Amino acid sequence: MRQQLNYLKETPSQTAGPYVHIGLAPGAAGFEIYRQELGWDIAGPNARGERIRVEGRVIDGMDSPIKDVLLEAWQANADGIYAHPEHQGEVEEGFRGWGRVITDFETGDWGFDTVKPGPVKTPDGKVAAPHISLWIVARGINVGLQTRLYFEDEHQANAADPVLNLIEWERRRQTLIARKETRDGQTVYRFDIKLQGQDETVFFDI
Amino acid sequence: MKPGPFYQRDREWHPPALTPDYKTSVARSTQYSLISLETTVSEITGPVFGHNDIDPLDKDLIQNYAKPGESAIGERIILHGRVLDENARPIPNTLVEIWQANAGGRYRHRKDTYLAPIDPNFGGCGRTLTDENGYYYFRTVKPGAYPWRNWVNSWRPAHVHMSIFGTAFAQRLITQCYFEGDPLIPKCPIVNTIPDPEAIQQLIARLDMNATIPLDTIAYKFDIVLRGRRSTLFENRMEGN
Repeated sequence: MRQQLNYLKETPSQTAGPYVHIGLAPGAAGFEIYRQELGWDIAGPNARGERIRVEGRVIDGMDSPIKDVLLEAWQANADGIYAHPEHQGEVEEGFRGWGRVITDFETGDWGFDTVKPGPVKTPDGKVAAPHISLWIVARGINVGLQTRLYFEDEHQANAADPVLNLIEWERRRQTLIARKETRDGQTVYRFDIKLQGQDETVFFDI
Repeated sequence: MKPGPFYQRDREWHPPALTPDYKTSVARSTQYSLISLETTVSEITGPVFGHNDIDPLDKDLIQNYAKPGESAIGERIILHGRVLDENARPIPNTLVEIWQANAGGRYRHRKDTYLAPIDPNFGGCGRTLTDENGYYYFRTVKPGAYPWRNWVNSWRPAHVHMSIFGTAFAQRLITQCYFEGDPLIPKCPIVNTIPDPEAIQQLIARLDMNATIPLDTIAYKFDIVLRGRRSTLFENRMEGN
């Protein structure tokens, strides 16, 4: 007798298209509809730790910045705890750790303010270097892209990070490291994402 | 019970990155292989939303942008279904967001210049949380088909964009829901980024006469499946997989 495996199939992905803002950030599409849009304040007012700004662009195979991209950020707090029931630990009141980021339609620049996440302890006893997970959708991207941003000034933690160390080509690990700058006394991390070419950013199948 | 890792995403069921008939993908598709990673705590966690985040009217696109006493123009539809995982378990309390063109095929977006008129009473977006059984519904108007710049004469079939969260960042998904019987579906370069015809069928909402409201609103049913996950087999709980 044949054994039936009655699993369902995941719904196939389709591109977010050029007008993703209507659904996920209507203000950017040019109209106000909701009492509040989601994902504007990643860390909230009470978050401990260092306040940082992250800036960058998503660059296509023609070396042009993509001007209709939407990114989502997901991160732990400064203690390395995610605001989620499966990660045991308290986070500050108002800390969600999730944000939505829209590019400027003219320049393709994006940026967000948050706190620097702490190292995350994994269930198997390892420690992940501080990082922000990013999910990228746009017209022409058929399945949302998953990547991670690590911090230049976490040299030791990055060298020991189990995910960075999975990337066989050491040169490619550099595509996940955000460069630190200081501007008017504020810490800014620069993180450009490249979809093609020799310096293509590492993306993950998770 | 503590669930284990997510099932691997079936990349042959999803569209590949490079699909030259959908022209925008050519310069925006990745060329190197994705690095395969077992899900870590960063991926099995994800944002949690509650009823404080949204308004009950947000799921009614006929009313949520309309002036008092007015409503959006078009064929009134209910779009409903369940959010499930690959084990056919419902996913409760998860955020579903949709956006779409109006009945004439025009989006309310500063970048859309199609000649169909903007409906002053239609915003074109909605959001809701699934209930304890994973069930969701929206009330809206059926979107119009519209031409777009791919081939000179490309038309998008009527569709609603859908964004679903699930319980983990690994489940994050954006897709599009099409409508049964639309002759433009098999001609669409974006639909045809999906290689398997059976997978395309999964994106077509079915006319659901049971859910219609007589003399008022027609209905389509659209179930959404997110990635499933194993439960981990523990030696001290042999029953547990």
